[in-house]
Amino acid sequence: MSVLAGAATAARDPGVSETAPGAPVRRMRPWTPWAFLAPYLLLFAVFMALPIGFGFWTSLHEWDINVPAKPFVGLSNYAELFDPSSVDGSRFWTAMKATGIFTVFSVPLLIVLPLLVALLMNGRFRGRNLYRAVYFAPYVLGVAVVGLLWRFLLDGNIGLVNHYLGLDVQWTTDLPGAWVALIGVTVWWTLGLNSVIFLAGLQDIPRELYEAAMVDGAGAWHRFRAITLPGLRPVTLFVVNATILASANMFGQSYLITVGAPADQTKTAIYLIAETGLRQFDMGTASAMSFVLAAFLMAASGLVFGAFRNRRAR
Amino acid sequence: MRKDLRGLRRSLLHLVLAAVAALYVSPLVYMAVTSVKTREGAGSTTPQWIPHPVTLGAYREILGSTDFPAVSWFLNSLAAATGHAALVLVTAAPAAYALARLNFRGRGAVFTVIVATLFVPPVVLLVPNFLIVNELAWVDSLPAVIVPAAASAFGVFFLRQFFSTLPGELEEAAELDGCNRWQTFTRVVLPLAKPALVTLFVLSFLTNWNDFLWPLFVLLSPESLTLPAGLGNFQSANNIRYDLVMAGAMIASVPVLLLYLVAQRWIIEGISRSGLKG
Repeated sequence: MSVLAGAATAARDPGVSETAPGAPVRRMRPWTPWAFLAPYLLLFAVFMALPIGFGFWTSLHEWDINVPAKPFVGLSNYAELFDPSSVDGSRFWTAMKATGIFTVFSVPLLIVLPLLVALLMNGRFRGRNLYRAVYFAPYVLGVAVVGLLWRFLLDGNIGLVNHYLGLDVQWTTDLPGAWVALIGVTVWWTLGLNSVIFLAGLQDIPRELYEAAMVDGAGAWHRFRAITLPGLRPVTLFVVNATILASANMFGQSYLITVGAPADQTKTAIYLIAETGLRQFDMGTASAMSFVLAAFLMAASGLVFGAFRNRRAR
Repeated sequence: MRKDLRGLRRSLLHLVLAAVAALYVSPLVYMAVTSVKTREGAGSTTPQWIPHPVTLGAYREILGSTDFPAVSWFLNSLAAATGHAALVLVTAAPAAYALARLNFRGRGAVFTVIVATLFVPPVVLLVPNFLIVNELAWVDSLPAVIVPAAASAFGVFFLRQFFSTLPGELEEAAELDGCNRWQTFTRVVLPLAKPALVTLFVLSFLTNWNDFLWPLFVLLSPESLTLPAGLGNFQSANNIRYDLVMAGAMIASVPVLLLYLVAQRWIIEGISRSGLKG
């Protein structure tokens, strides 16, 4: 179904064992499979495996791309991050807080609203594919176009949003308006994405289950609770996990719409990491930040997987 | 009576869906409308849905500008997205085939290691990949936005799932006819995999075309930027000219919207079935 859910099952899939059923058994030269794999494995080694280790190594150094001396400093980059009175520490936790606020408020909306849209569209009626195509369109455009378009529409002086709502809110510079703007734009941008994933999940639930429940006299709400929700569990697990990760990596909206304002309060962790490492070239600190953020993300994924597993056990 | 109720529910459904659709279409229409306004028209405090006068001045200005060389950005984006998607196909397809179909020692281990990286948060790759790209002297050039992202496990995983569903008899028949493994792969398996290959190409193209953070930091000089990175620089301009910004956004949007029009089914099916998340 999904990459992650699929990956989890693939680990137990007998097809991954040394002999694949259905595959030809003719003998081949021992290096043949490695020749097939080599081009990808080269890319994988240089830009995936190596950087994971190299990034950690960097985080143990005071590392500036323009300064030849890169002294080993052990865990002191990390220690500094965990000292809220240090400059880097206070900036980092401000950014982590921004990331947390955005994730906590955007994820529920990005689950519930797409699920509602998917339920509305899960039937046969005229225009269904057109609606689906329209809702999904912004995702095809990408964050740069979407961010700038909404920066324009949300402009405090000339924006359509204030005009039509009869408001006078500075969406790009004031709190909490800036959070409303960032979350609203993100919902507008990715609603269609999560909707089509839910819709695909809904269409995998066998019709006969609903028919049998109708024969038993189950009402719409009961059918939703007893058939739809359990049937969607694997898809929901994937969507929740992927949405948390995407929200926690929010960058473009903040960079284009609020530029982190006011006072860096909407500057997310990945924004700070990119700025610290790739603009100011303080790569040791930026690497340490990215490993701390990654630890939070992996813990969040762990919690999500755990929550879904517990519910199944009950 | 019952039929009336159903008709009412259907009308209500269409009303809700159409209202939501309006919230999607109208901002995009306003983007197009603003791109053909004058500087003053774009900065007007009252909404103007029908521009007067209609002008292509904004397009002319950015296409001829040296600060915002949109023609170079467009060509860079096109080259990067095409090159990236092609690289993903030529590396991921044989690897995925080996992992799906060839029996060899270490296959399970290789597959496990590749899949495990799907769980690694990409943020940890940001700084070290910048350093590696810098070592390769790729900063500020197209290979930096073409190559590193092709290391993602996504393509291999996506195609492996497809190859695993193919019936093995065809490959056996090809080998009885004297094909070696490579010939079987290129002459029998790849033609059968065309839908999956097209889907992966289109998804990789779109992801690369829209990629924002990485090109924004790894491309530096104005003429080497991609469209999203170039558009990002508008934001840092002191006085944002929205006629220019919307014209630039249109140049970035129209090609992918056309691609979406043609390949909509593949894009949506591919994404909803594989759960690609940008």
